Amino acid sequence: MQNRALYLKVLSALLVFGAWEIAGRIPVSYAFPTFLESMAALARMTFDGSIFVAYAETLKPLVVGVAISTFLGIGFGLWIGLSARFDWLFSPIFIVMQAAPLAALIPLLVMAYGIGLTSKVFVVCIMSMPVIVLSTSSAVRNTPASMKEMAKSFLAKDYEILLKIIIPAASPMIFSGLRLGVSAGFIGAILSELKITPTGVGDIISYSRSIADYPSMYAAIFSIIVLAVLFLNLLEKTENYLFKGNDRGYVTD
Amino acid sequence: MVIMGYKLPNMSSLLIWGLLWEIIGQTGLTFFVPPLSEVFVTLFKIIGTPAFVKALTETAQAFLAGVFFAIAIGIPVGIFMGRSRLLDELLLPWVNIFVSAPLTALVPVLMVLFGFGMKSIIITTTLFGIWIIILNTRAGVRQINRSLIEMSRSFGASQFDAFTKVYFWAALPEILGGVRIGVIRAVKGVIIGQLLISIVGFGALFELYASNFLMSHFWAVLIVLFALAFSISEFLGYLERRVSYYAANRS
Amino acid sequence: MVMSQTESAFANAHPTEQDIAVSIRGVSKNYGAVEALKDMSLDFPRGQLTSLLGPSGCGKTTLLKIIAGLLKHDSGEIIVNGKNVTGPGPNRAFVFQDFALLPWATVMRNVAFGLELRGVPRSEREDKAEKYIKGVGLAGFENAYPHELSGGMRQRVGLARALSVDANVLLLDEPFSAVDEQTRRKFQEDLLSLVANEKKTFIFVTHSIEEAVYCSDQIALLLPRPSRVHEMIRPQIDRSKGVDNIPREPEYLDIVDQIWASLRAYVE
Ligand SMILES: Nc1ncnc2c1ncn2[C@@H]1O[C@H](COP(=O)(O)OP(=O)(O)O)[C@@H](O)[C@H]1O
Ligand SMILES: [Mg+2]
Repeated sequence: MQNRALYLKVLSALLVFGAWEIAGRIPVSYAFPTFLESMAALARMTFDGSIFVAYAETLKPLVVGVAISTFLGIGFGLWIGLSARFDWLFSPIFIVMQAAPLAALIPLLVMAYGIGLTSKVFVVCIMSMPVIVLSTSSAVRNTPASMKEMAKSFLAKDYEILLKIIIPAASPMIFSGLRLGVSAGFIGAILSELKITPTGVGDIISYSRSIADYPSMYAAIFSIIVLAVLFLNLLEKTENYLFKGNDRGYVTD
Repeated sequence: MVIMGYKLPNMSSLLIWGLLWEIIGQTGLTFFVPPLSEVFVTLFKIIGTPAFVKALTETAQAFLAGVFFAIAIGIPVGIFMGRSRLLDELLLPWVNIFVSAPLTALVPVLMVLFGFGMKSIIITTTLFGIWIIILNTRAGVRQINRSLIEMSRSFGASQFDAFTKVYFWAALPEILGGVRIGVIRAVKGVIIGQLLISIVGFGALFELYASNFLMSHFWAVLIVLFALAFSISEFLGYLERRVSYYAANRS
Repeated sequence: MVMSQTESAFANAHPTEQDIAVSIRGVSKNYGAVEALKDMSLDFPRGQLTSLLGPSGCGKTTLLKIIAGLLKHDSGEIIVNGKNVTGPGPNRAFVFQDFALLPWATVMRNVAFGLELRGVPRSEREDKAEKYIKGVGLAGFENAYPHELSGGMRQRVGLARALSVDANVLLLDEPFSAVDEQTRRKFQEDLLSLVANEKKTFIFVTHSIEEAVYCSDQIALLLPRPSRVHEMIRPQIDRSKGVDNIPREPEYLDIVDQIWASLRAYVE
């Protein structure tokens, strides 16, 4: 059974990459290289090191932006979740941000902060922060009341309830909010490299497009998607490992 | 929040933020933030202009077409994945990849394959919205009570009838949940498409106003866009709550 | 838990001479327009088990949480060991209907959690917790997590946690309602031996008439609308007859019938 799932995954990958290869050979479009050509381009970029240089550049705004979002987002989320007043005051902003296409702010950010790192960090932040804030605050709000009462009945002080009950109880949901935030951060980082100034992976994509080196372009896109998916999977594995069994055990079953 | 026994409505704090915006604007603290009142005056001035109407229709067309494909493809695929184990195992890894992948990276591919026009923007919109719709539909179908399926089979329902009369309705709460998130993502997709692929619709307006330093025009369009996005998301949330009554009732 | 055959828990109970551990004087509580408790007065004798019995919605949980200091009452007084109380205190410990265990903590940490919050050093509190984990029959599960335990075992953890802080009043809110019938019976026996051995005052909320009659030294029968103490019943069951025989005793059946007659009008 274990094997079946694995075989099917491999089969599924073979089917998709095979279809890609065939479509590239027909070719469906002059701008559609085969899978093997793209992988060859990826291997070439890996061996000459250019892909690593590019990622060093791309990861800069991503890492800085996600770090800021995590720090501020969790802080804001806790604050909003704990205080009805701040909930009333700040929640609507993040709810609107979550629903709105914030990419529209990019022209303004560029005007205000130029085309450098600051703007890119901003793009990553506005993309990733709302979901982190909203999941943190709703996790805090949904801490089981009986656990808080239990701590109170054993004379816990307010800070102890926060540190020993609310934060541990909210962590799984905060963590999955973080995962969504990172995913949105990747979208923002690539968007800013394509829209603001071509640097890093965005530069490989834009440049190879302009010289019609399509295998390199597809290779770069392929690599960033793989990187994002691997990283998010890693986060998910960490999450499952850290919080296994956590969402069971409150309930009375 | 409750003040003096009176419960303040949920989004009412936006008024305070609006007031703060007005004050910051009036003090002239920064060029980028004109007073909110000025933004609203501009808003009413531009809302009937041909340029605005054109941007709105272009955006609405791309958005509606993109959402249509996301729903029309996403729901059936989700139902098939929920019903067929083989299909599920073949497709699920890909759906899971694309639901969280940085789809912006795919936009350049769409540009070279489908040109710099409407087609690429629509596909971008669909790509942003479809994956979560598939995932939620699949989850909804998988939780359908076995006896409901056996019931429809025992009454001799055809495969088609089973899909349209049982699976769809039994999974409706989850499907709507997926559609709501999918549509919110599609709104983001259409704007990203307009900014990256071809500068049309609202994307063009933003570029135009920003490059001409027309700040109150910029904010006016932004407010319209945010308000539209927010209304769409609230409306779908409302629909979802309307059907969730029977989500609680089924077993 | 010490599983010795239950002795008569109240062979020496003389309620009039017994001192009172917890006393409720004219307590009222409203939730907005809902009158949850109205001018309620009740005494809980020390060392005995008093049940609060009544249909759901009659304010049992509200009363218990007010005694625990988890809810504020609108008027009246709560007197515990002769002192007026307004908040939680070290002399009372609560056992929750839904267990309220920390899912991220082991059995050991859960049981020691009350002591942890009181600032007891780690080794000391773990020694103590160890003792109560053994006492409730969970030896060997110290490092298990709540989701690895059955409902009955989880409630034993909740019970051990309440016992370990050595409060002299134990408040139990329908502690057995989420465990299966067999476990529940075992629990009832264990509870009786606790009452006999621990010299603590138990206030026990239940909606099961049989359970109340079987376990209690006294039963406060609460009725809703308006919430009030309808009747105080002292079952005086001779428990030396043994668990299996008590349900066949005429006195037991009479009391059950009598309570059912009072309640039946309210459960339609
Ligand atoms: N937090 C609350 N807000 C409003 N009404 C409540 C609340 N808690 C309990 N009540 C009401 O108070 C009454 C007593 O409730 P409770 O003490 O939980 O009863 P019991 O435990 O006997 O079932 C019920 O009518 C219930 O609806
Ligand atoms: Mg209750």
